[in-house]
Amino acid sequence: MRAITDSATMLRRQVTHIWRYPTPILTFAAVPVVFLLLFVYVLGGTMGAGIGADRAAYVGYLVPGIMITTIVGAAQGTAISVATDMTGGIIARFKTMAIARVSVLTGHVLGAMVQTFLAIAAVTAVALLIGFRPPASVPDWLGVVGVLAMFTFAITWLSVALAMATKNVATASNLPMPLMLLPFLGSGFVPTESMPTGLRWFAEHQPATPVIETLRALLAGRPAGSGFLAAAVWSAGIALVGYLCARRLYNR
Amino acid sequence: MRTFVSVTGLRKSYGAHRVLDGIDLTIPQGTVFSLLGPNGAGKTTTVQILSTLIKADAGEIWVAGHDLAKEPDEVRAAIGVTGQFSAVDGLLTGEENLRLIADLLHLGRAKGRRRVRELLERFDLTDAARKPAVTYSGGMRRRLDLAMTMVGTPRLIFLDEPTAGLDPRSRRTMWQIVRDMVRQDGVTIFLTTQYLEEADELADRIALLSQGRLVAEGTPEELKRMVPGGHIVVRFADPDGYRRAAGHVGATSGDDAALTVQIPDSGGVRTLRKLLEWLDTHAIDVAELSMHTPDLEDVFLTLTQEPSTKEPSR
Repeated sequence: MRAITDSATMLRRQVTHIWRYPTPILTFAAVPVVFLLLFVYVLGGTMGAGIGADRAAYVGYLVPGIMITTIVGAAQGTAISVATDMTGGIIARFKTMAIARVSVLTGHVLGAMVQTFLAIAAVTAVALLIGFRPPASVPDWLGVVGVLAMFTFAITWLSVALAMATKNVATASNLPMPLMLLPFLGSGFVPTESMPTGLRWFAEHQPATPVIETLRALLAGRPAGSGFLAAAVWSAGIALVGYLCARRLYNR
Repeated sequence: MRTFVSVTGLRKSYGAHRVLDGIDLTIPQGTVFSLLGPNGAGKTTTVQILSTLIKADAGEIWVAGHDLAKEPDEVRAAIGVTGQFSAVDGLLTGEENLRLIADLLHLGRAKGRRRVRELLERFDLTDAARKPAVTYSGGMRRRLDLAMTMVGTPRLIFLDEPTAGLDPRSRRTMWQIVRDMVRQDGVTIFLTTQYLEEADELADRIALLSQGRLVAEGTPEELKRMVPGGHIVVRFADPDGYRRAAGHVGATSGDDAALTVQIPDSGGVRTLRKLLEWLDTHAIDVAELSMHTPDLEDVFLTLTQEPSTKEPSR
């Protein structure tokens, strides 16, 4: 069980980094907060009418998409931090030590999850401040946290793999960028029914949509519904592909 | 002495570029072995292969009694690497860096703490132990780097250009640390360096690497004897003495304006005594006399060649 203890040691390294250098969390939270404010106060009246309700109701509709935006935004930061770390001498040291090799990567993934969750908490706090009042119960909230953790885990492994695919820090920061479009090309900001046929088909069959729908249902106090299975399968698939690619690239 | 590292027929190519072209070397336990060579000769590649970072294309490598190709983790447990780029975590303090390594090596809480304290003291880092490593000077970073390498009491340490970019005082401190590691801990050292003085100071044996092949190997003294270059320089007090002596002392070259001649030093003290006797008998005044022994730089420049001077241009 060397992999677990070594991963815990590497996680401690990442948590110390976060503790000593917390500004990335603010950066990760800033963009989603701006989106949140723009969509609620600038577009909220129209959007609210579009979903057959008002601005206040649109806040509730919007928050799951904003949460996903936070996750994919933080993935860029993760890619930068992994790529930067890989260029440093310390990785060569770890590679020449008889430790569980994967622990370098799992440490990054778990550390990035801590960072992403702190950013999501900050974004959610702002949402609560501007009138987000979900009827979710405590078990519903636990479900929300679970679904967020599942998807964050998947996206983080993917961004670690993308970071490993390039040795260049600038490229690494750009590779996860298209993920930012997922909540837009899904049900994050408007219902997929309002989209033209081709786009609607994509929106309904991409990974972010079932995750967003599951979060939306749980936050509204409804059962998770059929979206949960799709969300879980997508997350497991992305995590597995990301993990295998990252491990292969690391051992290269 | 027991052999600690043995390499036979090591080859490595990147595409069509042959970096290592059949290297054989043997390093006895508890000695300092230095690999010298111009930039791009394959020094770092050799270190990367021997330290399990990259795989060789061909060749047999045994480190600490383990076949590197079959038992990389056993080899990893016996070695420590201090690379050209400081392998420390800048955001962690010196103490945290050492604790990180102690925990990865599963030393246990009490033993780990003790080892960390011991190393901080030994490498003169106790005062800076609670400061992040980014704030350290170059010399302190290298010392922390070496301390991290020492946490697991490795039996073979790779020092890849350990003093590159350090000031002379820090360099001397590092040399002393390396000597102590060999003497006190019985560590075997594999050193690569650009500084020939460093190899001369530290190494028991030196191998010269040029274009992927070992072109010479031996003790620093043996290597120096391989190249000509020892000579005596005499500067005369007046032009008359210079004229009278120039043709008789076996000078190979002279400088009329500076009144100096160069005499190849073939017999050491005997050559010198004969020369002084001759000058004395003929009552010739000498303003200055100096002896030059070949140094590793002469050896390096003679035995290693730049690819451009060896291969005809096409």
